[in-house]
Amino acid sequence: MNATADRSRTDSLDALDSLDAAPPALLDNVLHAVGLADEYAPWPSPVGDVFVAWNARGISCLSLAGPDPTEFESYFRTRVRRPLRVGDGPPSRVRAALDRRLSGKSGPTFADLRIVTPFERDVLECTARIPAGEARPYGWVAREIGRPGAVRAVGTALKHNPVPLLIPCHRVVRSDGRIGEYALGGPGNKRLLLTLEGVPVDDLEPVKGFVGSDTTHIFCLPWCRYDRKVSEVHRVSFRNQAEAEAAGYRPCKHCRPVA
Amino acid sequence: MKLNDRLAADLDGSFEAFVRSHQDAVYSAALRLTLSRTDAEDVAQDVFVRAYKALCGFDRERILALSTKPWLARITLNVVRNKARTNGRRPQTTALDVDPADTAPGPDSKAVEADGHAALIDKLAALPDIYRGPVVLRHAYGLSYDEVAEVLGRPVGTVKAQVSRALQTLKESS
Repeated sequence: MNATADRSRTDSLDALDSLDAAPPALLDNVLHAVGLADEYAPWPSPVGDVFVAWNARGISCLSLAGPDPTEFESYFRTRVRRPLRVGDGPPSRVRAALDRRLSGKSGPTFADLRIVTPFERDVLECTARIPAGEARPYGWVAREIGRPGAVRAVGTALKHNPVPLLIPCHRVVRSDGRIGEYALGGPGNKRLLLTLEGVPVDDLEPVKGFVGSDTTHIFCLPWCRYDRKVSEVHRVSFRNQAEAEAAGYRPCKHCRPVA
Repeated sequence: MKLNDRLAADLDGSFEAFVRSHQDAVYSAALRLTLSRTDAEDVAQDVFVRAYKALCGFDRERILALSTKPWLARITLNVVRNKARTNGRRPQTTALDVDPADTAPGPDSKAVEADGHAALIDKLAALPDIYRGPVVLRHAYGLSYDEVAEVLGRPVGTVKAQVSRALQTLKESS
């Protein structure tokens, strides 16, 4: 046997034992596939371009896109504390989740809320159920999650909503009829979003009681879609639950005006 | 702190370290079993994704008691087998996957930088399936004979004989 053949034989047996280095993309791809790393891309929202970050578990972070993408990257790293890389535009299920939420269609939220506290999660999941075209007071969210005294805490939790638009915190407004603050670019954007969804922003009445219809004998929050269908002649107001129930009215099952 | 302890305490926080410590072995085994660099990368990625999902469902004791290396070997064999089945069922897809510009020296030539490596891939391809598993797990992946036997569900003596015969074939076929 000549020397070359001999060397080739040894080489191939050495090659059997020596490990090949895994491709550098492998770790990245694995972490993305299991939701331990995120990608981000710009997305044109009704209030201008935003950066949206996502992973296999859902949309994890959304913020207004400034001229400098590294600002979003550092915001994400402080807030979410996971590796982040630039993606090739939001994948269809990310876009579908956002479109669905803003157009008021039903479907899963597709939000990755691992970074929020249990209380914040309750607030955000409750807020996610407010339909497009309607609004609810902060106090309503507090009551729905079983923490009626935590109205201010609800406000704070929504201020720190990591995924505005997807969790429609713009649909939570003040009970005095003013629209309140908005983290995604200020109250102007909140007004714009509510207007686009058909909420009569300028006519929101203070929640000082309930409104009902004398044809159905149902009473609602003033911002419920069914209240808006009641014509003026049939509209009746109540100062409180006792008054409405004494008059033989039942609470609306859609907006759940009372506990 | 041992990696198993860290996995049990904080799966999300330690999974990256887990992948780092096993990725070369899993990838190398996958490469020697699939004989294709592209397939090996797909297989290795799938192995770790499956491992993560399984670990999510394991309780603390089970993670602490887990022999991760043989366990990953078992997953790798399953994924390789499934991959072979899908490739067999959809050969037209695999054919289309190959970039024509890439095919001049053969799609897997990137896998074979060294002479020895090229020869190895050829020889492994010629090896009967029944020998390839044992020799790859024992030699490239680095399990003990006992572990290989358990992973493959074959008696230790059988595994030793198969590894030895495989090595003999690899030596002779040069």
